[in-house]
Amino acid sequence: MKAYNLFKKDWQSELRTRYAINALAMFILVTISVILFSIGSEPISKYLTGGLLWVVIFFSAMSGLSRAFVSEEERGTTLTLQLIAKPSTIFNGKLIFNLLLVFLMNIAITFLYSVLFDSFVIANVSLFITAFIFGNIGIAVSSTIIASIISKASSKGTLYPVLSFPILLPLILTLLEITKFSIDGKSIEESFVEIAVLISYDVIMLTASYLLFDFIWKD
Amino acid sequence: MNKYSLTLKDVTKTFGRRLIFKDINYQLNSGKIYGLAGKNGSGKSTLAKIISGIISPTKGSVIHHSGEKVIIEEELHDYLGFVSPYLVLYDEFTAEENLIHFSKIRGNKPDIDKIHFWLNEFNLLDRKHDILKGYSSGMKQRMKFIFALLHSPSLILLDEPTSNLDQPGKQKVYEIIKRESADNLVIIASNEESDLELCSEIIYLENFKNHE
Repeated sequence: MKAYNLFKKDWQSELRTRYAINALAMFILVTISVILFSIGSEPISKYLTGGLLWVVIFFSAMSGLSRAFVSEEERGTTLTLQLIAKPSTIFNGKLIFNLLLVFLMNIAITFLYSVLFDSFVIANVSLFITAFIFGNIGIAVSSTIIASIISKASSKGTLYPVLSFPILLPLILTLLEITKFSIDGKSIEESFVEIAVLISYDVIMLTASYLLFDFIWKD
Repeated sequence: MNKYSLTLKDVTKTFGRRLIFKDINYQLNSGKIYGLAGKNGSGKSTLAKIISGIISPTKGSVIHHSGEKVIIEEELHDYLGFVSPYLVLYDEFTAEENLIHFSKIRGNKPDIDKIHFWLNEFNLLDRKHDILKGYSSGMKQRMKFIFALLHSPSLILLDEPTSNLDQPGKQKVYEIIKRESADNLVIIASNEESDLELCSEIIYLENFKNHE
């Protein structure tokens, strides 16, 4: 409940300051427009469209998800949080915030994508949705813990993609594979190994985050 | 009376090779006002941060007791009220919204009467619906006191408590500090003579620089 109240505070704050939402919305629009302009009227393969979807999602996550902790650090309110809640409450609150942001962001990206790219046709929607849900959870968890690490650093902007790339790479590669399977119309049973990898990634990242956060949070 | 005590045991802090203070051993008990004094850079704020669990000492430990119970670091925020110049509240929220959010995140049901009582004590009740961005530095300092006192803490740690306050503001703060010290443990880190006059015991941090 405490974490939910922290999330509510963050969400209300976000609606007033538009710290992350504006950055994310602009990034999504600009990236999709650039892809559209660069492709022009050339036909592109359905697999390439699927791959580009996760590229847009990866870079959008880079542009907005670090804000959960960076905004607190930049405004100097980190100490205030340290004085009112346990580290686990802070992490849970920020994670809920990032989960909501990731889901909203990725639903918007996928919707725009399916409207604007004719070749983006998913044959097995349930497989894609499964990957989408577990993928979003993985992105949110990883982004939250990486954001908490980089918020303490002086060169936050540079460090975030540098740290995120190796951590998110296994997740993005698995998501690319499952997206390809869902475009081909393969069943969930046939994609069992990839889905298991995806779920394992989420569990590992969540466990590692809870173990590490206490040390990261305290100077 | 709420018996709160804390023990500083061989507390030493260094930043890199620079020694801030060394082997502070002290027992502090509720019902008294303690002062942390010393010139700029002597480590007053650093010791305040160590006591509040925000940073760790390089060596030694700080043990908090509420009655017989040892307070673990994770629970310390329930017992601690902290005012400091580097504490920042949320500018985008009104005074009342800030205090309601803090109560909820602490896991308490917001007590509107209590919030209004403290806002009234610090002459901010008629500005409760204004966002903090429009507050003067003195008003923000008074808000920090409400933030620190709203959850009725047993340990009140005040780092430069009267900075940015005018004379009536200072008098109000002194009155509240004296009142709160009857039941709680109050620690003031300051260089202001008028702040330190309130203290029954003063720890001079220069005494803990080098004593081989």
